[in-house]
Amino acid sequence: MADPMKIRANMMGDKVVVKVLMAHEMETGQRKDSAGKTIPAWFIQNVTATHNGKTVLSAQWGPAVSKNPFLEFRFSGGKAGEKVIVTWTDNKGDKRTDEATIA
Amino acid sequence: MKQSRRDLLAASGGVTVMALAASAGLFKSGDLHAQEWNKSAFDTKNLQDTVKAFGGSGAAESKDIAITSPDIAENGAVVPVSVTSKLGKTESIAILVEKNPNALSAAFDIPGGTEPFVSTRVKMGQTSNVHALVKADGKYFYATKEIKVTLGGCGG
Repeated sequence: MADPMKIRANMMGDKVVVKVLMAHEMETGQRKDSAGKTIPAWFIQNVTATHNGKTVLSAQWGPAVSKNPFLEFRFSGGKAGEKVIVTWTDNKGDKRTDEATIA
Repeated sequence: MKQSRRDLLAASGGVTVMALAASAGLFKSGDLHAQEWNKSAFDTKNLQDTVKAFGGSGAAESKDIAITSPDIAENGAVVPVSVTSKLGKTESIAILVEKNPNALSAAFDIPGGTEPFVSTRVKMGQTSNVHALVKADGKYFYATKEIKVTLGGCGG
Protein backbone atom coordinates (compact mmCIF):
# COMPACT_ATOMS: atom_id res chain seq x y z
CA MET A 1 0.00 0.00 0.00
CA ALA A 2 1.28 3.33 -0.97
CA ASP A 3 1.94 6.12 1.48
CA PRO A 4 -0.82 8.70 2.00
CA MET A 5 -1.06 11.84 -0.10
CA LYS A 6 -0.58 15.24 1.43
CA ILE A 7 -3.53 17.37 0.41
CA ARG A 8 -4.10 21.04 1.22
CA ALA A 9 -7.34 22.73 0.22
CA ASN A 10 -7.62 26.42 1.06
CA MET A 11 -10.13 29.12 0.20
CA MET A 12 -8.64 31.96 -1.86
CA GLY A 13 -11.42 34.49 -2.41
CA ASP A 14 -14.37 32.43 -3.71
CA LYS A 15 -12.13 29.69 -5.10
CA VAL A 16 -10.68 26.59 -3.54
CA VAL A 17 -6.96 26.07 -4.17
CA VAL A 18 -6.03 22.40 -3.94
CA LYS A 19 -2.42 21.26 -3.67
CA VAL A 20 -1.63 17.56 -3.68
CA LEU A 21 1.66 15.81 -3.06
CA MET A 22 1.58 12.08 -3.82
CA ALA A 23 4.12 9.47 -2.82
CA HIS A 24 4.97 7.40 -5.88
CA GLU A 25 8.12 6.17 -7.64
CA MET A 26 6.92 7.15 -11.14
CA GLU A 27 9.40 4.75 -12.76
CA THR A 28 9.64 5.53 -16.49
CA GLY A 29 10.49 2.11 -17.91
CA GLN A 30 13.50 3.74 -19.61
CA ARG A 31 16.05 3.24 -16.85
CA LYS A 32 18.31 0.22 -16.35
CA ASP A 33 19.48 -1.22 -13.05
CA SER A 34 23.14 -1.99 -12.23
CA ALA A 35 22.83 -5.41 -13.94
CA GLY A 36 21.73 -3.74 -17.17
CA LYS A 37 18.14 -4.94 -16.91
CA THR A 38 15.38 -2.48 -17.73
CA ILE A 39 13.40 -1.41 -14.67
CA PRO A 40 9.73 -1.87 -15.60
CA ALA A 41 7.53 1.20 -15.83
CA TRP A 42 5.49 1.94 -12.72
CA PHE A 43 3.56 5.19 -12.66
CA ILE A 44 0.24 6.81 -11.78
CA GLN A 45 -2.11 6.74 -14.76
CA ASN A 46 -5.32 8.28 -13.49
CA VAL A 47 -6.02 10.98 -10.93
CA THR A 48 -9.50 12.11 -9.97
CA ALA A 49 -10.54 14.82 -7.53
CA THR A 50 -14.11 15.16 -6.32
CA HIS A 51 -15.98 17.68 -4.19
CA ASN A 52 -19.54 16.98 -2.98
CA GLY A 53 -19.70 14.01 -5.34
CA LYS A 54 -18.84 16.14 -8.37
CA THR A 55 -15.58 15.64 -10.26
CA VAL A 56 -13.55 18.84 -10.10
CA LEU A 57 -10.49 17.51 -11.94
CA SER A 58 -9.54 14.31 -13.69
CA ALA A 59 -6.16 13.60 -15.22
CA GLN A 60 -4.31 10.99 -17.21
CA TRP A 61 -0.60 10.86 -16.56
CA GLY A 62 2.32 9.31 -18.34
CA PRO A 63 5.63 8.22 -16.80
CA ALA A 64 7.10 11.68 -17.51
CA VAL A 65 5.40 13.16 -14.45
CA SER A 66 8.05 13.60 -11.75
CA LYS A 67 8.62 11.21 -8.87
CA ASN A 68 6.39 12.02 -5.88
CA PRO A 69 4.06 14.03 -8.11
CA PHE A 70 2.81 17.49 -7.26
CA LEU A 71 -0.49 18.79 -8.53
CA GLU A 72 -2.24 22.11 -8.04
CA PHE A 73 -5.65 23.17 -9.34
CA ARG A 74 -8.45 25.59 -8.42
CA PHE A 75 -12.20 25.30 -8.51
CA SER A 76 -15.17 27.40 -7.46
CA GLY A 77 -18.28 26.34 -5.56
CA GLY A 78 -16.53 25.04 -2.45
CA LYS A 79 -16.89 26.20 1.14
CA ALA A 80 -14.67 25.91 4.19
CA GLY A 81 -15.38 22.69 6.10
CA GLU A 82 -16.31 20.69 3.00
CA LYS A 83 -14.16 17.85 1.77
CA VAL A 84 -12.04 17.33 -1.32
CA ILE A 85 -11.30 13.70 -2.17
CA VAL A 86 -8.39 12.70 -4.41
CA THR A 87 -7.87 9.21 -5.87
CA TRP A 88 -5.05 7.89 -8.01
CA THR A 89 -4.63 4.58 -9.83
CA ASP A 90 -1.28 3.35 -11.14
CA ASN A 91 -0.45 1.03 -14.03
CA LYS A 92 -0.13 -1.93 -11.64
CA GLY A 93 -3.71 -1.39 -10.45
CA ASP A 94 -2.67 -0.01 -7.07
CA LYS A 95 -4.99 2.66 -5.75
CA ARG A 96 -4.97 5.33 -3.10
CA THR A 97 -7.71 7.68 -1.92
CA ASP A 98 -7.20 10.52 0.55
CA GLU A 99 -9.26 13.51 1.54
CA ALA A 100 -8.75 16.97 2.93
CA THR A 101 -11.07 19.50 4.55
CA ILE A 102 -11.24 22.91 2.91
CA ALA A 103 -9.79 25.52 5.24
CA MET B 1 -47.96 -13.04 11.97
CA LYS B 2 -46.14 -15.61 9.92
CA GLN B 3 -47.12 -13.76 6.78
CA SER B 4 -45.67 -10.49 7.99
CA ARG B 5 -42.43 -12.20 8.99
CA ARG B 6 -42.17 -13.62 5.51
CA ASP B 7 -42.78 -10.19 4.02
CA LEU B 8 -40.10 -8.72 6.20
CA LEU B 9 -37.59 -11.39 5.12
CA ALA B 10 -38.47 -10.89 1.49
CA ALA B 11 -38.12 -7.14 1.87
CA SER B 12 -34.77 -7.37 3.62
CA GLY B 13 -33.61 -9.84 0.98
CA GLY B 14 -34.47 -7.27 -1.65
CA VAL B 15 -32.49 -4.61 0.13
CA THR B 16 -29.46 -6.88 0.30
CA VAL B 17 -29.68 -7.56 -3.43
CA MET B 18 -29.93 -3.86 -4.13
CA ALA B 19 -26.93 -3.11 -1.92
CA LEU B 20 -24.95 -5.81 -3.71
CA ALA B 21 -25.95 -4.41 -7.08
CA ALA B 22 -24.94 -0.93 -6.00
CA SER B 23 -21.55 -2.07 -4.78
CA ALA B 24 -21.06 -4.13 -7.94
CA GLY B 25 -21.93 -1.01 -9.92
CA LEU B 26 -19.34 0.98 -8.02
CA PHE B 27 -16.65 -1.60 -8.64
CA LYS B 28 -17.56 -1.68 -12.29
CA SER B 29 -17.21 2.08 -12.69
CA GLY B 30 -13.86 1.86 -10.87
CA ASP B 31 -12.63 -0.74 -13.37
CA LEU B 32 -13.84 1.34 -16.28
CA HIS B 33 -12.02 4.31 -14.91
CA ALA B 34 -8.77 2.36 -14.75
CA GLN B 35 -9.16 1.54 -18.44
CA GLU B 36 -9.68 5.16 -19.40
CA TRP B 37 -5.96 5.69 -19.87
CA ASN B 38 -5.38 6.73 -23.48
CA LYS B 39 -2.40 4.54 -24.39
CA SER B 40 -2.18 5.68 -28.01
CA ALA B 41 -1.93 9.33 -26.94
CA PHE B 42 0.87 8.54 -24.48
CA ASP B 43 2.80 6.67 -27.21
CA THR B 44 2.94 9.68 -29.53
CA LYS B 45 6.21 11.42 -30.33
CA ASN B 46 5.05 14.92 -31.27
CA LEU B 47 2.30 17.48 -30.83
CA GLN B 48 0.37 16.81 -34.05
CA ASP B 49 0.24 13.05 -33.40
CA THR B 50 -0.99 13.68 -29.86
CA VAL B 51 -3.79 15.89 -31.18
CA LYS B 52 -4.77 13.09 -33.57
CA ALA B 53 -4.72 10.51 -30.76
CA PHE B 54 -7.12 12.76 -28.83
CA GLY B 55 -9.42 12.77 -31.85
CA GLY B 56 -8.62 16.28 -33.14
CA SER B 57 -7.47 17.18 -36.64
CA GLY B 58 -4.88 19.83 -35.80
CA ALA B 59 -3.94 22.54 -33.34
CA ALA B 60 -3.50 26.28 -33.82
CA GLU B 61 -1.00 28.38 -31.90
CA SER B 62 -2.66 30.66 -29.36
CA LYS B 63 -1.45 33.61 -27.30
CA ASP B 64 -4.19 32.97 -24.75
CA ILE B 65 -2.30 30.04 -23.24
CA ALA B 66 0.47 30.77 -20.77
CA ILE B 67 3.15 28.32 -19.69
CA THR B 68 4.78 29.26 -16.40
CA SER B 69 8.07 27.52 -15.70
CA PRO B 70 11.70 28.36 -15.12
CA ASP B 71 13.62 29.19 -18.33
CA ILE B 72 16.46 27.01 -17.14
CA ALA B 73 15.80 23.88 -15.10
CA GLU B 74 18.78 22.71 -13.11
CA ASN B 75 17.34 19.27 -12.55
CA GLY B 76 15.46 17.68 -15.46
CA ALA B 77 13.84 15.16 -13.12
CA VAL B 78 11.75 17.85 -11.46
CA VAL B 79 10.66 20.68 -13.75
CA PRO B 80 7.73 22.70 -12.39
CA VAL B 81 5.26 23.57 -15.16
CA SER B 82 2.01 25.54 -14.82
CA VAL B 83 -0.45 26.15 -17.62
CA THR B 84 -3.13 28.84 -17.63
CA SER B 85 -5.65 29.12 -20.45
CA LYS B 86 -7.64 32.27 -21.13
CA LEU B 87 -9.61 30.57 -23.91
CA GLY B 88 -13.34 30.35 -23.27
CA LYS B 89 -14.83 26.89 -22.67
CA THR B 90 -11.48 25.26 -21.93
CA GLU B 91 -12.20 21.53 -21.67
CA SER B 92 -8.77 20.01 -21.21
CA ILE B 93 -5.12 20.91 -20.78
CA ALA B 94 -2.20 18.66 -21.74
CA ILE B 95 1.53 19.12 -21.16
CA LEU B 96 3.94 17.79 -23.80
CA VAL B 97 7.73 17.66 -23.79
CA GLU B 98 8.92 17.50 -27.40
CA LYS B 99 12.22 15.69 -26.94
CA ASN B 100 11.14 13.15 -24.33
CA PRO B 101 10.87 9.50 -25.53
CA ASN B 102 7.10 10.01 -25.54
CA ALA B 103 5.89 13.56 -25.92
CA LEU B 104 2.74 13.56 -23.79
CA SER B 105 3.43 13.94 -20.07
CA ALA B 106 0.03 14.64 -18.56
CA ALA B 107 -3.51 15.42 -19.67
CA PHE B 108 -6.11 17.09 -17.46
CA ASP B 109 -9.86 17.32 -17.98
CA ILE B 110 -11.25 20.62 -16.73
CA PRO B 111 -14.93 20.34 -15.79
CA GLY B 112 -17.12 23.45 -15.54
CA GLY B 113 -16.46 25.30 -12.28
CA THR B 114 -12.78 24.39 -12.28
CA GLU B 115 -10.34 27.08 -13.36
CA PRO B 116 -8.48 26.45 -16.64
CA PHE B 117 -5.23 26.18 -14.72
CA VAL B 118 -3.03 23.28 -13.66
CA SER B 119 0.36 23.09 -12.07
CA THR B 120 2.53 20.00 -11.81
CA ARG B 121 6.12 18.81 -12.16
CA VAL B 122 7.46 16.84 -15.11
CA LYS B 123 10.66 15.06 -16.14
CA MET B 124 12.72 16.30 -19.08
CA GLY B 125 15.48 14.24 -20.67
CA GLN B 126 17.16 17.28 -22.24
CA THR B 127 16.61 20.89 -23.27
CA SER B 128 13.37 20.91 -25.22
CA ASN B 129 10.31 22.77 -26.30
CA VAL B 130 7.41 22.26 -23.93
CA HIS B 131 3.92 22.53 -25.38
CA ALA B 132 0.69 23.24 -23.58
CA LEU B 133 -2.17 21.77 -25.59
CA VAL B 134 -5.62 23.12 -24.76
CA LYS B 135 -8.95 21.90 -26.03
CA ALA B 136 -11.45 24.77 -25.95
CA ASP B 137 -14.93 24.74 -27.44
CA GLY B 138 -14.10 21.55 -29.37
CA LYS B 139 -10.92 22.91 -30.99
CA TYR B 140 -7.25 22.42 -30.14
CA PHE B 141 -4.81 25.22 -29.41
CA TYR B 142 -1.23 25.20 -28.19
CA ALA B 143 1.54 27.36 -26.82
CA THR B 144 5.24 26.56 -26.77
CA LYS B 145 8.08 27.45 -24.44
CA GLU B 146 11.67 26.26 -24.51
CA ILE B 147 13.03 25.04 -21.20
CA LYS B 148 16.78 24.52 -20.93
CA VAL B 149 17.87 21.55 -18.87
CA THR B 150 21.35 21.42 -17.41
CA LEU B 151 20.98 17.93 -15.87
CA GLY B 152 18.80 15.32 -17.59
CA GLY B 153 15.96 13.54 -15.81
CA CYS B 154 15.91 10.27 -17.73
CA GLY B 155 19.50 9.03 -17.43
CA GLY B 156 20.74 6.89 -14.58
